[in-house]
Amino acid sequence: MLRFVIRRLIGMVFVLFVVSILVFLIFNVIPNSPPAQRLAGKNATPVLVKSIEEEWGFDESLPVQYVTMMKNVFTGELTSYSPRIPVNDQIQEGIPATFSLSIGAGIIWLSFGLLLGYLAATRAGGWLDRALTGVAIAGISIPVFLLAPVLIYFLTYKLEIFPNGGYVKLTEDPWEWFTHLILPWFTLAVLSIGFYSRVLRSNMLDVMNEDYVRTARAKGLSEGRVMTRHVLRNSLIPIVTLFGLDFGATIAGTAIITEVLYGITGVGYYAAHAISNFELPPIMGVTLYGAFFVVFINTLVDIAYAYLDPRVRLGASAQ
Amino acid sequence: MAIDPQPEAAIPAGGPGAGPAAPEQEGKDRSDYSPWRLAFNRFLRNRVAVAFLVLFFLIVVFLLAAPLWAHHVAHTGPNQTHTVEKLHVGGEVREVVTVEGKPIGPQWLEADGKFFLGADSRLGRDEMVRLMYGGRISLFIGIVSGLITTTLAVILGLLAGYYRGWVDTVIARTLDVLWSLPVLLFGIALGVSLAVGGLKIGPLELSGGSVWVPIFVISIFTIPYVARPIRGEVLALSEKEFVEAAIAQGAGPGRVMFAEILPNLASTIIVFFTLNIANNMLFEAALSFLGAGVQPPNSSWGTMISIGVELLTTQPLLAIVPGVMIMLTVLSLNIVGDGLRDALDPRSKVRLGARTGVAEIEGASV
Repeated sequence: MLRFVIRRLIGMVFVLFVVSILVFLIFNVIPNSPPAQRLAGKNATPVLVKSIEEEWGFDESLPVQYVTMMKNVFTGELTSYSPRIPVNDQIQEGIPATFSLSIGAGIIWLSFGLLLGYLAATRAGGWLDRALTGVAIAGISIPVFLLAPVLIYFLTYKLEIFPNGGYVKLTEDPWEWFTHLILPWFTLAVLSIGFYSRVLRSNMLDVMNEDYVRTARAKGLSEGRVMTRHVLRNSLIPIVTLFGLDFGATIAGTAIITEVLYGITGVGYYAAHAISNFELPPIMGVTLYGAFFVVFINTLVDIAYAYLDPRVRLGASAQ
Repeated sequence: MAIDPQPEAAIPAGGPGAGPAAPEQEGKDRSDYSPWRLAFNRFLRNRVAVAFLVLFFLIVVFLLAAPLWAHHVAHTGPNQTHTVEKLHVGGEVREVVTVEGKPIGPQWLEADGKFFLGADSRLGRDEMVRLMYGGRISLFIGIVSGLITTTLAVILGLLAGYYRGWVDTVIARTLDVLWSLPVLLFGIALGVSLAVGGLKIGPLELSGGSVWVPIFVISIFTIPYVARPIRGEVLALSEKEFVEAAIAQGAGPGRVMFAEILPNLASTIIVFFTLNIANNMLFEAALSFLGAGVQPPNSSWGTMISIGVELLTTQPLLAIVPGVMIMLTVLSLNIVGDGLRDALDPRSKVRLGARTGVAEIEGASV
């Protein structure tokens, strides 16, 4: 196990390096306009562009430029230039909202997905089973930016069930925090519920054909016990991986659009605001941190997977 | 799909999900038909897929009719503003944009089709005309980036799967890294960076506002979703006897890859191309919605939604109609792609809803 963890961590460092190179390529190397001009923003004065050029060392060699960029981002010196605001502060300010949104949505889609998937698998071919197939197909086709406006229009403006957008800090008022997040949570979660239930269902149907399930039945265990202790437990292992990957992807991506639509002032909202002003430093910061976060989560998921399923770590170390 | 060189062996009659083997042609033996013909017949039996294929064609016809609607019904262009104009409906005079900047609502056919869905914003552009022209851009980006992605993915998959060794290691690892990235974030980063400065690599020169910028961004970041399964299939195919036979006959790597293996990938490529277009359209809509995709004055369904949500309380249709169009297009492509997979490869266990199926097409979806 230790060998596996070390191998994974080395792999992670390598991927982090590749990711940072990619960000560097996107912002500093791709030959279009002068990078200082782009970083400075739309209404930059020549003086500002000149000072950015010196600060970032755009006349230096590429490796030196790369080191400067990484130093700027991770020492918190990265600033957006119009107005001058440190990017790291803004990102830190947005993190609680983004995590509230993503974690809540994750809990909802995981619990509903598993519950419905379990019901569908134990009643394979029934109406629930077929309905969930439909939801899964619709789920990968309905974009968040259709679902959210429909929900906001009907549930918030017409029926006035939910409060009107925005984010309330958990420390300020827990109840308001909760009610403001219900719609965003479901917007992010609904589409994954169908998908997760399908995954669990097909995993369970596969596992049901295993010999040890027949053995469990043969030794007289009740059907409920066979299902929960033997079938469900073994079907959950792939779900762990999937959930880890999706959760990372949600925080560093999908949540952006939901945050914008519901006016939740998280990291994604900040990034989207930067996009509309074509401000590159915040986007550079968010992309780099987001990608690092995703790579980190993916590594954790790999390790958790190996811990849960010995076949993985043995297979990996045997290579 | 026809993995084996002999068509008879390739497609067993009927398949799981194909229902009872209905005799589609009386008096003729099934084996008289080519595998493509059999697949076509199998697809036709899938009512849902056929219905959604028809829907997709209707959407395409709707989009192709944009100039007709613009010239003969609405008498305006997609980017033409009408800030001070007035509309005569019956005896009534309605302002296209009120003094407070509120756009006119849907007129349906009251004004002879003018402002059928109302005006888009305080600029007073005809929403219906924009919907049709914006859809053309969305679909164009989806199809072109789908073509680029699929072509590059097939080449990479063939090289990696055929040569193996270090070629495979480099390609497969690169795809793995690309696959694990938060694609939307990187799409935004590249999209904005290019939108600000344009792109200039040798003879390739793009201005920042060009629709080729989002096409370029989307093509790059969706390659892994197609290339990984293709590579896997090439790995399996290159073990087959017909590849061995071709090599024994003295065929070079190029001929083995493109003349022997490639035709056997045809059905996989068709399926993934269809699903990839759907996926890319969602990606484009997400980028454009955030302002990192299609740039003004061009519009796409994604940019229309981002303009529309500003007026969600008073004019909900401005945001919802383009959203519904995206959903219908993507849904029809997904279902048709899934139907094609069933028809072309009845033995395939990979179905929509099965783990791998959705995971592959989910891809960069938003």
